[in-house]
Amino acid sequence: MSCLDTIQAYGLRAIGLGERLLPRTDFTLCDQFVLIGSGLIWNVYFGLLALFFGFWFAVALAMGKNSDHLAARKPAEWFIFVFRGSPLFIQFFIAYQAFVLLPRDGIPINLGIVELTADTRWLTKAWAGALIVLFLNTSAYAAEIFSGALRSIPKGDLEAADAYGMSTWQKFRRVTFPTMLRLGWPAYTNEAIFLFHATTLVFFSGFPAWQQQGDALYYANYFADKTFNPFIPYPIVAGYFVIVTLCVITGFGLVNRRLNRHLAPSQRQRLRFRLQLVR
Amino acid sequence: MFEFCSDPSALGDLKWMACYLTTGKQFAFYWSFGTVLLLLAVTAPAALAFGFAGAMAARARFAPLRWLGLAYTSMVRGIPDIIFFLFVPIALDQLFEWLRHRALCPDWDQPVRQGNDFVVCAAAKLPQSSAPQWIHESYGFALAVLAFAIVFGAFAANVLSGAMKAVPRAQMETAEAYGMTHGQAFWRIMVPQMWVYALPGLSNLWQILVKATPLLFLLGVEDIVYWARELGGSKTSTFAYPHPDWRIWYFLALLVFYLLLTSVSERVFARLSRRLSHGQATAAGEKLRKAAA
Repeated sequence: MSCLDTIQAYGLRAIGLGERLLPRTDFTLCDQFVLIGSGLIWNVYFGLLALFFGFWFAVALAMGKNSDHLAARKPAEWFIFVFRGSPLFIQFFIAYQAFVLLPRDGIPINLGIVELTADTRWLTKAWAGALIVLFLNTSAYAAEIFSGALRSIPKGDLEAADAYGMSTWQKFRRVTFPTMLRLGWPAYTNEAIFLFHATTLVFFSGFPAWQQQGDALYYANYFADKTFNPFIPYPIVAGYFVIVTLCVITGFGLVNRRLNRHLAPSQRQRLRFRLQLVR
Repeated sequence: MFEFCSDPSALGDLKWMACYLTTGKQFAFYWSFGTVLLLLAVTAPAALAFGFAGAMAARARFAPLRWLGLAYTSMVRGIPDIIFFLFVPIALDQLFEWLRHRALCPDWDQPVRQGNDFVVCAAAKLPQSSAPQWIHESYGFALAVLAFAIVFGAFAANVLSGAMKAVPRAQMETAEAYGMTHGQAFWRIMVPQMWVYALPGLSNLWQILVKATPLLFLLGVEDIVYWARELGGSKTSTFAYPHPDWRIWYFLALLVFYLLLTSVSERVFARLSRRLSHGQATAAGEKLRKAAA
């Protein structure tokens, strides 16, 4: 089987297209590159969606944490404490067990006249269940970053907004939110990188890989188990992740440039990827 | 454990629970919390040592050593740590067996890798197949500790090399002006001063290390996650203590354990950084001085 055939057979294997059986003997380098690469689809899927939804939730949580109202502050603080204080691995296990315990034939919702049945089975599948956990997890970490950034917004900026007579919403929209993003962006980039790394945990933590449709590390682990040679599949998956990390840095760097475009060049902080351990 | 536990099926709820929570299996579960704490106690200093060596190598004047140090410190930036946790134990295991194989069986003429097998002579196997169970378990645990130390050493090397760079340049220049050698300046001036800069990073690293301990389960060690899955799974009436699927309760107990561990260590580190900031020419030190005055 030539490498082109392998790509046709296994290029989209991770999402269930192509050959049904995984290669069992005579693993070629091409097999390993293609299959592990197809698993990367899941990592990117989890990472991008969790990041996208998590961003908005994190902003809301950060506002809640810095709020003067106890009813808004306490829940936000507790949420952040629970998700930042416990291992993601345990969160995955708990979520999976909780989703499994939901009634199999759905939860009846009585709407007075019509009775709806909320289907719950899809929650036990990795594409939904693990995504929810990753979403909540990254929201908590990002909220901590953003609330720190909110606290370090220069006092003068906010006073100037008040002096211009901006309404609360205008002040948030034009001053607070952009400044918060600008200050928190380097740390948030770091969080995004860690989130992509965390997606490799999904299929090792209770969520079953249905029909052997797994992520990059799932397939790398498959090859390492079958060939008893860790020196080929793991470096391959590591290489793929270095590429993903570089893409994240590039993308976030572009946003960073836009966020800082109004500053004098000497004041701009370049987004240099220095590992900040905030996880 | 209690006398009334001889016939669990005849007990009331409260007594049944008391008996259930004191069975031998449950105690194995409680002991596995000790395994996690032991891992933390062994790994933290080991990782610090690896990190220090890495940070020193990254500053070395001998170029190949410097490249090695830089590669080590930057590997964790782009690559998920779980990959290392899966890779390092197998790789080390095969490395040790291969080295022993070369030393112990010099007249073996077949290749070590035969197709999908890794074959070494019987004398080179680690641990020996005749070894008792506890040796197998300790060997697995030792490999896990080594994997953790290597990965977290790389994180620590990042933190420490940042801290070394943060020591004011003037301090090092003064040391040079006094005629200290490179080594003297490093050990007498830089190392004592770098810790206050390293502490925030190291405290974050400790939190990450705590939260990485459940990954022991992936390395085949019988840790708290293993026992939580084992004991929590539903038990039919053939067992002395039948119960439905209780895994979620076991995992919730683990969640509480980790929340306690992280919040306690957060408090300890806050205290430590207060202590270290005393008399330092930093914002935190200034704040302490003003509060006292």
